[in-house]
Amino acid sequence: MKRILTTAALAAILAASTATAAPLKVGFISTLSGGGAGLGIDARDGFLLALKQAGDAGSEITVITEDDQQKPEIGVQLADKMIQSDKVDILTGIIFSNIALAVVPAAVKQDKFYLSVNAGPSQLAGKGCDPNYFNVAYQNDNQHEAMGEYSNTLGYKNAFILAPNYPAGKDSLNGFKRFYKGELAGENYVKLGQTDFAAEIAQIKASGADSVFFFLPGGMGISFIKQFSNAGTGLPMMGPGFSFDQDVLPAVGDAALGAHNAAQWSPDLDNPANKAFVEAFEAEYKRLPSVYASQGYDTALLILSAQAKADIADHDAYHAALKAADFPTVRGSFRFGNNQHPIQNFYAREVVKRDDGVVTNKIVGTAFEDHVDAYAAECPMK
Amino acid sequence: MTATLLIEQLLNGLQFGTMLFLMAAGLTLVFGVMGLINLAHGSLYMVGAFAAATAAAATGNFLFALVAALAAAALAGALMEMLVLRRLYRRDHLDQVLATFALILIFSEGTRWVFGSFPLYLDVPKALAGTVRIGSLSYPAYRLAIIVIGVTTAIGLWALINRTRLGVQIRAGEADREMIAALGIDIARLYTIVFALGAALAGLAGALIGPIQSVQVGMGEPVLIMAFVVVVIGGIGSIKGALAGAILVGVTDTLGRFLLPVLLGTVMEPSAATAVGSALASMSIYILMALILVWRPTGLMGS
Repeated sequence: MKRILTTAALAAILAASTATAAPLKVGFISTLSGGGAGLGIDARDGFLLALKQAGDAGSEITVITEDDQQKPEIGVQLADKMIQSDKVDILTGIIFSNIALAVVPAAVKQDKFYLSVNAGPSQLAGKGCDPNYFNVAYQNDNQHEAMGEYSNTLGYKNAFILAPNYPAGKDSLNGFKRFYKGELAGENYVKLGQTDFAAEIAQIKASGADSVFFFLPGGMGISFIKQFSNAGTGLPMMGPGFSFDQDVLPAVGDAALGAHNAAQWSPDLDNPANKAFVEAFEAEYKRLPSVYASQGYDTALLILSAQAKADIADHDAYHAALKAADFPTVRGSFRFGNNQHPIQNFYAREVVKRDDGVVTNKIVGTAFEDHVDAYAAECPMK
Repeated sequence: MTATLLIEQLLNGLQFGTMLFLMAAGLTLVFGVMGLINLAHGSLYMVGAFAAATAAAATGNFLFALVAALAAAALAGALMEMLVLRRLYRRDHLDQVLATFALILIFSEGTRWVFGSFPLYLDVPKALAGTVRIGSLSYPAYRLAIIVIGVTTAIGLWALINRTRLGVQIRAGEADREMIAALGIDIARLYTIVFALGAALAGLAGALIGPIQSVQVGMGEPVLIMAFVVVVIGGIGSIKGALAGAILVGVTDTLGRFLLPVLLGTVMEPSAATAVGSALASMSIYILMALILVWRPTGLMGS
């Protein structure tokens, strides 16, 4: 009898809450196993933290989480399943650009919103932009561009630049070169997945470079930082924010101290929303949030803000509510440009050791204010 | 390009080669003696690295970390052999590949379950940090230490196989397993010992590489592919072949990455030379393997 009563009470509560806003189903496809899992897990944890903090508004949102195993074909299967059988309204969560490129165009054609928590390939920012696609993170080139710009402030004149031989690696070095004004001591593409850089480090030493810029995702970057600091070149390191983020720093420790990098967010970014986010994340998960966690968190906040204003059944109204980007971002300021990619600041960060021994980033300058990505002009949307 | 740079790159190739040898030796031993293809050999490398990182974090002593890695990998290998692989010796290679591939997934997700998804911290021991001067060349002390440990292990392994009773049994097992069983040698025990030995070598490689690479789930698979190339080049089942193949692959890969863009730069513009050179360099060891197999279809020392 008691159980029936509680069930009835629960049903009543549920009925009451659904009366205020339509329930929403979100499909979260992310990389949760294999070598790239750290990034997907952080984005997911950030996303779920925001929903949890939202209380009732968050509990109206059902999140279906699936692991793409860092494989595009699995991502496509999962997206089909979520759209056709789970009937999700919004898809999000993908970390890697090659998976996003496989999933997003088909999903947005079926009139589902896709909100990117990380991947920002140029194809979806320029001619391939779409009203149903929003990027809440950055365009892929941005962090490299910002580091290129800030390297001029740091006074580097002869940088050696290094990236893996795949599309994002080439975009990275091109992004850096777009704003860097000095000479290049060398430019090197390594095999994707390579983890021994002795040959490249010897070349950097012999090249007479005054600094090294690299974009080496995941374990590649960890290996490079350890080997480079051990080779005793004494040259300063710089890279995009994700080469020196909270998924990398605990594994390299002191080897990364003093390195500069650029990102649109940092754990010490001074605004109340960010302070609350970092504290809550540390309390919930017992680790510092990474840039991926901040992006997952902001994405969930964006959905909550749209949810408060519009009903998902009214596609145009919901689109307008998303486009308004009226949410308390942890980045301080955030708005969407014509291609529905962020217009936001990029900060130069330095890797430091806190008094408690934790190695993390500290903002040392601003590389760009209200930066618009290089492909926005090619997008026909207004 | 100077002579110093060339010597440094040769040392880098040698260091990479000795590390590959530690991986390939176990693989070729297991294949030679038991006729088993073990795709999960990379997982034992990962076990070694994780055990070393955990022991180093707990004690701060790198030697202890090495011992822990050897023990953990040997134990994991022995368990793997007794619980799973023992049932597969009589099956064909496809079944073995399928089962050991499943073991990779089990080891990977098991490791994530225990250690989490983020890479572990493992640093070069204090005594071996920094560089050593050799003439005009300053070379990382830790990489030199890897070369020394690798070469010492190779000599030790040679002595074990050629100078001890266990070695005689291993060689006999390779030649004719029915016959040594008939002579009253406990073949099941011998197989477990050989497998644990191969696993310990993989674990040692993982522990030695951990401080200069990323200790993370899935770290073993790229190395495994290279180790298979070494085994095929050296001749399946041959330890000497594995050593020769490993040094050859290590030096070819390193010098290819370094010299190909430079050489191509003399005939084409720099950016194209970098792109073509790095693409060719990543293929260099496979081209080497193809050439050697055309010349000697059973590998350098295969029979």
